[in-house]
Formats: sequence, structure tokens, C-alpha cells
Amino acid sequence: MTATMQPKSEAAEAPRRGKRAPGAGRPARPRSRSLEFGHWWWALPGIALVIAIHYVATGIGGFFAFTNWTGIGSFKITGLYNFEAIFKDPTKVGALSNTLFLAFGSVLLGNVAGLIIALGLNRVLKTRYILRTLFFMPVVLSPLATAYIWKYIFDFNGPINVLLKAAGLGELAKPWLADPQWAIWTVLVVLVWSSTGFAMVIFMAGLAGVAVEVEEAAAIDGANLWQRFRNVTLPAIRPAVAIATTLGIVQGLRVFDPIMALTGGGPAGATETLATQVYKQAFALGNFGGGAALALVLAFIILIFAVIQQRLTRSNPED
Amino acid sequence: MFRYTKFTLIREIGLWALALVFLAPFYFLVTTALKPDSEMYTTSALALPANPDFGNFVKVLTATGNSNVMAGLVNSVIITAGSIIGLIALGSITGYVISRSTRRWSKAAYYLFLVAIILPGQLGAVPLYMGARGLGLTGSAWGLIVLYTGMLLPLSIFLYSNFFRGLGTDYEEAATIDGASKTQVFSKVVFPMMAPATGTVTIFAGLIVWNDFFTSLIFLGGSANQTLPVAMYYFIGSLVSKWNSIFAIVIVSMIPILALFLFAQKRFIQGFSGGLKG
Repeated sequence: MTATMQPKSEAAEAPRRGKRAPGAGRPARPRSRSLEFGHWWWALPGIALVIAIHYVATGIGGFFAFTNWTGIGSFKITGLYNFEAIFKDPTKVGALSNTLFLAFGSVLLGNVAGLIIALGLNRVLKTRYILRTLFFMPVVLSPLATAYIWKYIFDFNGPINVLLKAAGLGELAKPWLADPQWAIWTVLVVLVWSSTGFAMVIFMAGLAGVAVEVEEAAAIDGANLWQRFRNVTLPAIRPAVAIATTLGIVQGLRVFDPIMALTGGGPAGATETLATQVYKQAFALGNFGGGAALALVLAFIILIFAVIQQRLTRSNPED
Repeated sequence: MFRYTKFTLIREIGLWALALVFLAPFYFLVTTALKPDSEMYTTSALALPANPDFGNFVKVLTATGNSNVMAGLVNSVIITAGSIIGLIALGSITGYVISRSTRRWSKAAYYLFLVAIILPGQLGAVPLYMGARGLGLTGSAWGLIVLYTGMLLPLSIFLYSNFFRGLGTDYEEAATIDGASKTQVFSKVVFPMMAPATGTVTIFAGLIVWNDFFTSLIFLGGSANQTLPVAMYYFIGSLVSKWNSIFAIVIVSMIPILALFLFAQKRFIQGFSGGLKG
């Protein structure tokens, strides 16, 4: 979740304390006064820690991607061999497509659900704050705990199959997570369940900023509910949409815990993702070089989306 | 316009119905955890327990070894609290200096932290593990506190420095004129004013660290010191579809965070929407 922050979102807490300075986007503007606050060297421990843990570690990780290191002893530089191996291995190509499917699927469904709930909760509802709390609850749960609850729900003797049988659809009952065709959809349901509340909160914050007058004016001009949503509300919450979707994709691309708890990547690799493969290669199989190469591919994909996210939010004047 | 109409009532009822379906997993969680073994396989998954008891909880809380839930709980509390303290201490002071300084390096430092937020952690995981092992930081709570502090520091600095930018320098100037030293200005004037940012950092970082599974799985792997998620993972790994026991441990693991959420839910939700708003 460290990458879920919005680099361009300025002055997150600032509006609560007076007006935001016009140049807030840039580090403090030069002042004419010579008054300085704090010693510059106060920043050194933080800078050193971040350089060591983020930059040095990532750099070394990038280097090992081009070697055959196993974690002990010596290693040889093997060039692009690890990357060729990734794209020749059907399990890893499958992990790549699973990762993209889960990231985009959960973002699409989670955001649509979140937006619908946020619209439903918008204004005049008497219990909107209680409902908001309830819908947000899954977000704070650990992905691991969430996964176990759903594992039971999709169990062969679990509630879903019991309900199907009760409805006379017994032939549809199946061991969902053990079925190679259905397992990934089951995982998708779990991811959507845990991300909907998050999207809802972002959309509610966006909707709160839509001027009531504009909506009223549109309503008086005879715009129906859909037209008002399409032409007034949606353009106004575009920054929220950009943030919710891109954060969700970056989150979804590194999905690890729920997979480990739900299926462990099975059946037969049907739910393997890049993150679970990185773990298995590097830590379970001792193939550090291969794991690092896979991590580099994942890093590259995440960076692409982080850049797209930057673009989307920067182009918006609202920002 | 936009008054409470019949349509609003329908909307309200509809959303409550949706919420009930949405939160149905909690029903299965609680009812199953209260079923004794004898009922587990004989009753329907939808049924309420006929003789609810807390036997499963007792079993879970007294387990030992790698799946020692109580030890995991204590460890998780120590690691989460330690990381939060580290993140507040380092994040507030670093964020303050880089956002107040007018020197050129402070701009570079700001971007150094920004880019670190986007840098994907998976790539650094393997070298970090090797480095931490070399320094003797694996397998101990201290090691994880240092790691989490470093991993989440960019996020913390980002939240703090954005907060400072919206804050005028009047109070600091007044304190300086009154003769306060730079250290006093920070500790007595600036830090107390940052309570909202500190709250957001606490919530974000606390939630990430408390729920994190990947990092503690790797860095505490094989040691007797487990965090709650890892203890839960091992505990459940040793059970075969004993859902009543599994759910007892799931409930134990989620009570602290859920209690905290319900207690401070307004702050939680504001932290998320405020911290992420564009």
C-alpha cells in the first residue's frame, strides 16, 4: 500500500488550516526573510533510511534480475536469460494475465459498486453515516482474514452451495475454489468485496464537492436522473474517478495475501499472480535471480500505471 | 429541492438491504465460530448454532509453537506501535525541514521521497532480506520496526510536508522572536499543531503494518517471533477444513482492528478520503 498515495495530491490536510498557498505544488517558495526554521541536518536520518531501504534495495534487486543467484554462494550474470525464461514458462505467463485480469476486474467492479453506493448515500439520507461505516468495514480487515471468511463461503459445503441447492439449482453447486475455471472468478469476488468500501469513500468525498446549485439548475432545466449524472455529476467527480481507479489498479497488481490464503495459487496455477510467483521463486524455491526478474516485470507494469495516474490527475485543473 | 421524499425512503431501505447482503459474511463468521465440532458437519451452513459455546476460542488462544496466537497478538502490537512511533518521529521532523527549508536540496529531497512512494517494494524485497539478515535484523521485532519505518517513511513524510505547506509560519516566527530555540519551536509549537497529520499517519501506517502479511512472513520466517497474520496463516495451515476453529482465530485477529475502527471510524474515513483526495 505504500504506492497508493497520490504524488500530485497537494495539501491533503491543509484546507482545515487556512487557505492553501497558491504555490503549494512546489517546495516552499523562497522567502525574502532570512528566518529559517529547523536545522537542515534534521532530515538526514530520514533521507538515509529511505535511500537504503528503497533506492539501494531496489537497485540491487534490479541487478540480481540479470543473474542466476540462488541466495547463497557465487552467481553469474546471465543477461536477459531470466526474462526469456519468464515468457517461455506458461505458469508465469498465466500469472501475468491473471494479475492483469484481477487488477482490472476488481477495479472495474469495485468502482462501479462503490460509485453506485456513494450516489445512493449522497445527501438527505438519514442514516448515511451509519451506512457509510458499514460499507467501509471490510476495508480495514486484513486481506488474510477476509480471504478465510470467503474461502468458507465458497466451500463445497458452504453457504453458496447450500443456497443454490435450496433454490433448486443443486447442479450448479461446485467446489468453487478447486475448480480451475471458476477459481479466479471466486478470487475476483473477494477482491471486489474488500475494495468497494474504499472506492465508495473516495467517491463520497468527490460528490461532497459537487455544487448543489448546478445540480438543481440542471434538474429545473428538465434533466432526468441519468442526464444529470452523465453531464453534471460525472464530470465534477472526474478527479475522484481517476484516483480511485488508478490506486485500485496499483493495489490490484500486487495482490498477494488473498491468493495465498484462498488458493495458494492453485488449482494447477489457475490463480497464480506475479506477486505469489515472486514469493515462490525467490523464497520457496531459492531462485533469487528468477524471482528478481519477475519482480522487475511487476515493477515495470506498476510504474507504467503510476505514470498514467500522474498524467490523469495532472491534466485536471481541479487538482 | 433535494428534500426527503418517498423516493429517498425507498433509497434508504434499498441501501440497508444491500448492506445486509454485503455484510452477510460476518453472519457466517460468527455463527460458525460458535458451533461446537459436533454441530459443524451435521448442521446446514446457514443454521444458527444450537448450543453455542466458546470452546473454539479457548482452543485457539491456548495453541503453542508457530501458531501461538497470543504471542502473535503481543508481537503485532509491539511492532505496530513501534513503527508508528518511528514514523511520527522521523516523518514529522523530516517533513518539517524539507517543506520549510528554502535551500535547493530540500526540493531534491522532496522528490526523493515522492519517487520512493511509487517504487515497487517487491523488487527490493530480496536484497532487503539479505541485508537485514546480514545485520541480524531478521527474526526480531526490532528489525521489523526498522523495516516498516523505512518502508512507510516516504508516505509519512509526504503527508506531513503537505500539511506544513498549508500552515502559516506566524506561530514559529512569534516563538523565535520570543527567544525559543529551533528545537523548542519544533517540539513546543509545531509538533502539537500537526495533530491532524499525525492522526492520518497513525491510521494509514497502523493499518498497513497491522494487516501486513508479506513482509512479516519473509522477515520473521522460521523464527519463534510471529506477527498475528503469520501465526494465523500457520495455525490455519495445520487445520483441515475445521471452519469453526479457523473462524475463531479469524475473529480473534480482527477484533482489535475492528474495535479501533468502530471507535474512531469518522477519523478513519476522513483519513482515507482526505489523505488521498486530489
